[in-house]
Amino acid sequence: MILSALFSRVGGAWVKMNDKPAAVAALIAAMTVLVALIPRSVIAFLLFIGSLLAVYYSRLDNRHKLAIAIVTLGIILPGIGSLNPYYLDVAIQVGIYMALALGLNIVVGFAGLLDLGYVAFYATGAYVWGIFGSKQAANFIHGVNFPLSGDWFWLFLFLAVAAAATAGILLGLPVLRLKGDYLAIVTLGFGEIIRIVLNNLDKPINITNGPNGITPVQAPAIFGYKLDKGVHYYFLVLLILLIIITVARRLERSRIGRAWEAIREDEVAAGAMGIPVVRMKLLAFAMGASFAGIMGAVFASKQTFIDPSSFSFMESIGVLAMVILGGMGSIPGALIGATCVVLLQLQVLKALSDWFSQLRNAGILKLPTQLEIAKYEKLVFGLVLILMMIYRPTGLLPAERRKHELEHARGEDTGAAEAPTPAGTPAAPMGGGGRGLA
Amino acid sequence: MHEALAMLPQVLIDGLTLGFVYALVALGYTMVYGVLEFINFAHSEIFMIGAFAGTEALLIMQSAGILNRLPPFVSLIIALLFGMAVAGLLAVGMERVAYRPLRGAPRLVPLISAIGVSFFLQDAVRLFEGLWRNAFYLSTPVLYRQTLTFSGLALPVKTIILVVVCLAIMFGLQAFVNRTKLGRALRAVAQDQATASIMGVNVNFIISLTFLIGGSLGGAAGVLFALQYTLIHPYVGFILGIKAFTAAVFGGIGNIAGAMVGGVLLGLIESLGSAYLGVFTHGAFGAEYKDVFAFIILILVLILKPSGLLGETVGEKA
Repeated sequence: MILSALFSRVGGAWVKMNDKPAAVAALIAAMTVLVALIPRSVIAFLLFIGSLLAVYYSRLDNRHKLAIAIVTLGIILPGIGSLNPYYLDVAIQVGIYMALALGLNIVVGFAGLLDLGYVAFYATGAYVWGIFGSKQAANFIHGVNFPLSGDWFWLFLFLAVAAAATAGILLGLPVLRLKGDYLAIVTLGFGEIIRIVLNNLDKPINITNGPNGITPVQAPAIFGYKLDKGVHYYFLVLLILLIIITVARRLERSRIGRAWEAIREDEVAAGAMGIPVVRMKLLAFAMGASFAGIMGAVFASKQTFIDPSSFSFMESIGVLAMVILGGMGSIPGALIGATCVVLLQLQVLKALSDWFSQLRNAGILKLPTQLEIAKYEKLVFGLVLILMMIYRPTGLLPAERRKHELEHARGEDTGAAEAPTPAGTPAAPMGGGGRGLA
Repeated sequence: MHEALAMLPQVLIDGLTLGFVYALVALGYTMVYGVLEFINFAHSEIFMIGAFAGTEALLIMQSAGILNRLPPFVSLIIALLFGMAVAGLLAVGMERVAYRPLRGAPRLVPLISAIGVSFFLQDAVRLFEGLWRNAFYLSTPVLYRQTLTFSGLALPVKTIILVVVCLAIMFGLQAFVNRTKLGRALRAVAQDQATASIMGVNVNFIISLTFLIGGSLGGAAGVLFALQYTLIHPYVGFILGIKAFTAAVFGGIGNIAGAMVGGVLLGLIESLGSAYLGVFTHGAFGAEYKDVFAFIILILVLILKPSGLLGETVGEKA
């Protein structure tokens, strides 16, 4: 009662103030002080991230928002990272997954192709730099001194993009004729094939070093100066992410983006209107894959270690959960979704886990030793997917056109709750009668 | 080469055993797809939970001291029935909670929900077993230790039981769908929901029934799998589920006989492939690629003959 009153009071005050730059800046400053005072508190850090969201939703004009964003992301967040390096790592992770979510958002959200093997492209990028940025390549290429120096990293970023995009096209060519759910299963199979191959390609020629993984992978460098600190990776990820966001936004509003949406809504009609359906689908696969590829290379150098277990089906579903949570087809949604999911994994579940083990050690709760909350992320992802699909299929920050489509379809559903939907609904709904049973 | 030929009969038996498990799980996919045109992604977890329920039944009987006193046949039936009941009811509940509210939504929506259910159930079982036994890798008690030998060929009794039970269930299902009134209602709903409902078929009931039957078949497959391979864990269903789905597509989705044929063929291909790939490539590639076969078959079938081996060509619905 008191709490909700407090919330509405604070909320009301916020609505009155959120068009004043000073108030917004004060909010950010207050949260910064909070994190600086208690650098170990998960709640303080979550509040700080939340204040960024408040900026996004505030009614400031874009110049002020931009200024606040630059100060926060460029100065305050790295500053917090110097107080507690763990937060910098969290921020880097968030950035990497934001890029992945944006890439998958192009495939799933814009073009409407459910890709369950997305992490394969991430793996492609990671292995491209992992193999050449370590001694691994010496196993099959002779006469060159491996590992390549960190200066080569920048070239390999482009190679990673090219390799991932090629992988996307190679996967797309045979499977894009398939309809939605078949496509999902086949891409899942493709992701697993890539993982199995990476896991076993240590013979006949040792290319990936199998399940043992590759280490150490070189950090990027500029003219011999190594960029191997957390702050370096933070700004590298931030820079790449800004480019990716720009590309995604431009694509969304371009002819290509509209073509993707048309294909998503009705493939046959889109084809009839002269859209090259197959080429556009391939482009969506390649674009989405390239985002994952570039971040894969960054990931490999940041971790200095890669092995196939980092690229499991679980990762693909994690990224899918980000896209679904944020809202399919929505760019701010993908960013928010990635932030929520990564913070949930790295912060909330971990904090809960620590809390429970404290309770157990203090003897207050009798829990078996096997139980570690942090390892139950599948349970949480599963719930997120189910609940979002049932209660808010448009996501937290819905994309306008997508919202219209999903709510339109649901409207039809409520009109035909008892009897099944009439045949010929545009989105090919589940349950107008199946294929028949023989 | 002679050694390779000598192991052929054993390889075939292993393949058939695996194939019948695939076939039984594939029936669940094919029935739901036939009726709703929807891939029940969480069916693999129904299988896994069936395996856990059957194992738990046996373990509880063991700790109560009655497992050794009962004839193994009775224990087998108890485990099978318990596993089927748990799995079947779970499948019905799953449809109620996670799929029915989404009927009529765009196709990807229920599929994503099903993926969510699958993930949720994997960890839910892990959580439950972690709290209950402080371990989530369970060893299933062995019911039949005997092995029959025919001229050097070892044939464990549990494998014979697996094949016999699978065949009995499949023929029972075939008879149910083709000979009974409910089976006719099922086929009617699969063909056209609206018309079936005009004709007085309770569509929701039939869909629940589909999930009940498909789920309990998956549960039975789980129990038989646990008895055959004696080690289960919460992730045991995932890859197996995809292979079973591949089997359903291979045989022609929506086709019950096709699921059986596809399952057995897939089991044989996988077993032969993992046994002989190493021989033919002189050890460069080996059994570690066995999971790849199923995926490659899936992709090839979907591209070359999407209707499967026994399925008839269906016009595009989307």
